[in-house]
Amino acid sequence: MTDLTSFSAAELAGLVARGESSAVEVTQAHLDRISAVDDRVHAFLHVDTEGALAAARDVDSRRAAGEPLGPLAGVPVAVKDVLTTKGVPTTAGSKILADWRPPYDSTIVRRLRAAGTVMLGKTNMDEFAMGSSTEYSAFGPTHNPWDLSRIPGGSGGGSSAALAAYETPLSIGSDTGGSIRQPGAVTGTVGVKPTYGGTSRYGLVAFSSSLDTPGPCARTVLDAALLHEAIGGHDPLDSTSIPAPVPDVAAAARLGASGDLTGVRLGVVREFAGEGAEPGVLAAFRAAVETLTKLGAEVVEVSCPHFQYALPAYYLIAPSECSSNLARFDGVRFGLRVGDDGVRSLEEVMSATREAGFGPEVKRRVMLGTYALSSGYYDAYYGQAQKVRTLISRDFTTAFEQVDALISPTTPFVAFPVGARTADPYQMYLADLFTIPSNLYGGPGISVPCGLADGLPVGLQVMAPTMADDRMYRVAAALESAVGPFTPPAL
Amino acid sequence: MAAISREEVAHLARLSRLAVTEEELATLAGQLDVILQAVAQVGEVTAADIPPTSHSVPLTNVLRDDVVASCLTPEEALSGAPDAAEQRFRVPRILDEDVAS
Repeated sequence: MTDLTSFSAAELAGLVARGESSAVEVTQAHLDRISAVDDRVHAFLHVDTEGALAAARDVDSRRAAGEPLGPLAGVPVAVKDVLTTKGVPTTAGSKILADWRPPYDSTIVRRLRAAGTVMLGKTNMDEFAMGSSTEYSAFGPTHNPWDLSRIPGGSGGGSSAALAAYETPLSIGSDTGGSIRQPGAVTGTVGVKPTYGGTSRYGLVAFSSSLDTPGPCARTVLDAALLHEAIGGHDPLDSTSIPAPVPDVAAAARLGASGDLTGVRLGVVREFAGEGAEPGVLAAFRAAVETLTKLGAEVVEVSCPHFQYALPAYYLIAPSECSSNLARFDGVRFGLRVGDDGVRSLEEVMSATREAGFGPEVKRRVMLGTYALSSGYYDAYYGQAQKVRTLISRDFTTAFEQVDALISPTTPFVAFPVGARTADPYQMYLADLFTIPSNLYGGPGISVPCGLADGLPVGLQVMAPTMADDRMYRVAAALESAVGPFTPPAL
Repeated sequence: MAAISREEVAHLARLSRLAVTEEELATLAGQLDVILQAVAQVGEVTAADIPPTSHSVPLTNVLRDDVVASCLTPEEALSGAPDAAEQRFRVPRILDEDVAS
């Protein structure tokens, strides 16, 4: 029999549903694969072997009892370590939460369990989801399965690398400025940022609350859509959750897979098509545009003049919100406490705890946000960034009067060598140049593999209007049907 | 000209409750200066009449019915506490002893 780890999630669910494979067999195959390769990839921070096998046995017994199973029952999934899992370690990649076992499940994880998926474990990430390479994890970097000397993107590098290494067919990420899409692009996998409010933030360790969006990661567009439907939809526990049904993304992915995009109008963002990206990335993008045209899409150029200010606006808004959100890590209710010697005051213990518990990027952003929010600077920095956010949203609205969806490269550069950008934080920030506008606007974005540059994967980003997630799935599935597959070298 | 001085960075560290070392202070001052000069580009945009956006979803207060629902037990809520006593989070002293007395 073919190795079970080579199948898509949709195929695995079919095998389990038809009784051709048990959920336990499927789960064990992926646990074995993790044992075989994860010492080199380091995609996982915690593997929940017992929990996974118990969940798999439960699916098998429910099937044996004739109970109806969902479309992903028995399929393994890995969860970014930024979502709470009851009794299972949740670190957010930070030393300050190194020993924390949450007393509750996030909504996403609760829905994954309800769907009969099997959680394999928690994946590595940049600390508190701040970074573009997973090098800012307090527990060591993840390595890109395409080239182990290179980064897997970030912040969700673990979730995407686990897919590329065939350690899991599905994973969950969170996208604040590109943390699902950029790792997807550089690992040759699919990454989706749903519409903000389309997936619940309950139990997501908060970084920037007006931007944070959990979403699905997979090796195929259809698998991502099936996972999206399993986790999406209104959640009364998240006050920013949109009370509307999940767009019919799986049907859109199946429609797109026919390879026909007749009648679809796509806009190339002029400001993102010519500069700032590596030549190999631009060449792969132009080839993808040609492919989309051959599939029947009408591709036109549109201008989004304020997108050039998205990166600076984001690096004011996100740090401002993070400086407020991370105030909860004070050594009182959970996590690390340092210096409580009976002599030091509460404030001194807090400062010592945060100094010892936070890594360099988190400290930079907390201080940057504190600066941008301080009186005297507020209007020039945070206030102005919020106005720019309005203008970026208007650019999207205007563009979507002309086209159904926007396309761009997902990220300006292919996977770079570990260590190449850590010395200059702003060089790291540029990785999110093309993904940030969707976060500021709130609309969905997907990254789908579109080609290779120097043997490394390049992603195409499709951006759609708010709550029109189905449109981008159709376009991405059509492209997927016409290019690739892109498979990394054997580990 | 530097956008931010070392003294300002030290002040930010205190406001942020980060007991940074002298060495970190020097590194952070240089890095924050580069970042602040880059993000200051937002000032190039003419936006005097533009309303700010704090959130992409139009927000109104979301209320639920005032009925008892399940929640964490005290033991669960305290399960991650660095220190707990008498079903409470125990913290280091907040007031100086001569003030407290």
